[in-house]
Amino acid sequence: MKYIIAIIQPDRLQETLDLLEEKEIHLVTVCPVMGRGRQKGVAEVYRSHTEAGNLLKKVKLEIAVNDAYVNPTVEAITQGGRTGSVGDGKIFILDLEECIRIRTGETGGVAIG
Amino acid sequence: MKGVLRKFSFWFLVAFLLCMAAASMVAAQDAPASRNAGNNAGAAVNSAAPAVLSAAASAPIQSSASKPAVAPALGGTSTPSASDSINAGDTAWVLVSAALVLLMTPGLAFFYGGLVRRKNVLSVVMQCFMLMCLITVQWVLFGYSLAFGPDVHGVIGSLAWFGLRGVTTAPNPTYAPGVPHQAFMIFQCMFAVITPGLILGAFAERMRFGPFCAFSLLWATFVYDPVCHWIWGDGGFLKTGGVLDFAGGLVVHVNAGLAALAAALVLGGRIGYPKKISPPHNLPFAALGAGLLWFGWFGFNAGSALGAGKVAATAFVATHCAGAAAGLTWALLDWICNSRATVLGMITGAVAGLAAVTPASGFVNPVGALWIGIGASACCYVFVAILKNKFGYDDSLDAFGVHGIGGIWGTFALGLWAAKSVNPAGFNGLFYHEPASVLIQLKGIAVTAIYSFVASYVLLKAVDWAVGLRSTEHEERVGLDLAEHRESAYTLID
Repeated sequence: MKYIIAIIQPDRLQETLDLLEEKEIHLVTVCPVMGRGRQKGVAEVYRSHTEAGNLLKKVKLEIAVNDAYVNPTVEAITQGGRTGSVGDGKIFILDLEECIRIRTGETGGVAIG
Repeated sequence: MKGVLRKFSFWFLVAFLLCMAAASMVAAQDAPASRNAGNNAGAAVNSAAPAVLSAAASAPIQSSASKPAVAPALGGTSTPSASDSINAGDTAWVLVSAALVLLMTPGLAFFYGGLVRRKNVLSVVMQCFMLMCLITVQWVLFGYSLAFGPDVHGVIGSLAWFGLRGVTTAPNPTYAPGVPHQAFMIFQCMFAVITPGLILGAFAERMRFGPFCAFSLLWATFVYDPVCHWIWGDGGFLKTGGVLDFAGGLVVHVNAGLAALAAALVLGGRIGYPKKISPPHNLPFAALGAGLLWFGWFGFNAGSALGAGKVAATAFVATHCAGAAAGLTWALLDWICNSRATVLGMITGAVAGLAAVTPASGFVNPVGALWIGIGASACCYVFVAILKNKFGYDDSLDAFGVHGIGGIWGTFALGLWAAKSVNPAGFNGLFYHEPASVLIQLKGIAVTAIYSFVASYVLLKAVDWAVGLRSTEHEERVGLDLAEHRESAYTLID
């Protein structure tokens, strides 16, 4: 089991979710987050004061998958999230020790699906 | 118990109740008189008498707001039929206008509240609502008397109307013939409420709440009430000197603007200013607030005609023209200088234009009002965008840059565009071949600006010395909502 964390552009979220749905990956948690990379943000202007280099709005996806689904998930996110410009985000893949479905108490790979 | 005695709020309550007791005793003294007379008209005649006397004493009265019908009204008050002279239309308009002006203070709460960081929005809203309550009580107890009461050497009103003694439903012929005196009083009350509210834009996000209350009360008493008396009070020395201020360019905007500058200088900048301050947390709130201000401004300016007549219509049109021209001008300046027209720029411009047209609204024609609006945005833009950065003071929400500069420009511009053909109670401005008008207006600006700045500076320093104005660094970082009020504006989880 793997735990996949992806940070993507907010405007690419719907596209990415649609692609995940196509590949039958239903379990996903989405958070609006702020963050930054090496690039600076879009400068905003308030009463002629330029606010540059602020944290940028991003979206974080968290997805738990069985090993067979890791590649389809990564494909869906890279395909859906890519605009080709700086700031498209990252995908992190972590080992997942255990998964428990709260309703039934099932554990392991069965509980994920 | 010992802890309670050390609390500022406790002693404030004691002083408040003592004041209330005094007001009740004064009211009780008056009661038998009206009982003897059998109806309210008796008390009304008693109260009108001192006003008439003082009006007769100071000969060259130039009543800016009231209509030429002052003289016959003066004669009318000596008979018990005074209350018959009340005009229903005028009274209705003044009462509605008072309500409109009241709405500007919550409007200001949203305007300023949207511009601060989310951790401070409640502190701004609280300060605005506190002023609605605190200054109203001050006004009714003694503020109105200081501002509009019987004149003392042209400088201040006496305390003869303490607790609104003698301020009844009978009209006061000097201020507003045809309107109950209490209607005029409550209309003016709303001005007294919002004026200290404008100042808080300069010290938002870093002033403690208790010292804010103390400062506002002192400022209303020692700055607003005297300045109001000089310009609007019967016998005030600027009024007799011919200075025109239709609806509060000097009394409200220059006065509050210069106090704001003093506050920004005394308190110093917020932590991290200017580089590390987050942008406004809710611009739709600010736009909503600006809309409410614009709406209320019709009561502010057109209501200052104190009647539902020609002057009210003039002021209404001028107000709208100036707000529109100023919003447009600021948007264009933004577009040219920053490559985008912004929401904040547009609403800031509109407020600047509305502030600028305030002193002029009843005296200029619509084209003059458009020019005043254009000039207001140009002047304020230079101050907010360029000069503030150069000088480096932290006028957080540009109370000085918008209201102070806008008010100064508008009061000055009144000396240019005023026309007797628009309102015979005014004068002709420079463009109508009377250049002396400009000098009169400049005198009004200089006197108001210098007094307001100096007196506010002294009051702020005094309160700072006594109890300390500023929040601690930790409180400022946490945010005043939590630190001062133990509340938060937005919950994250339901």
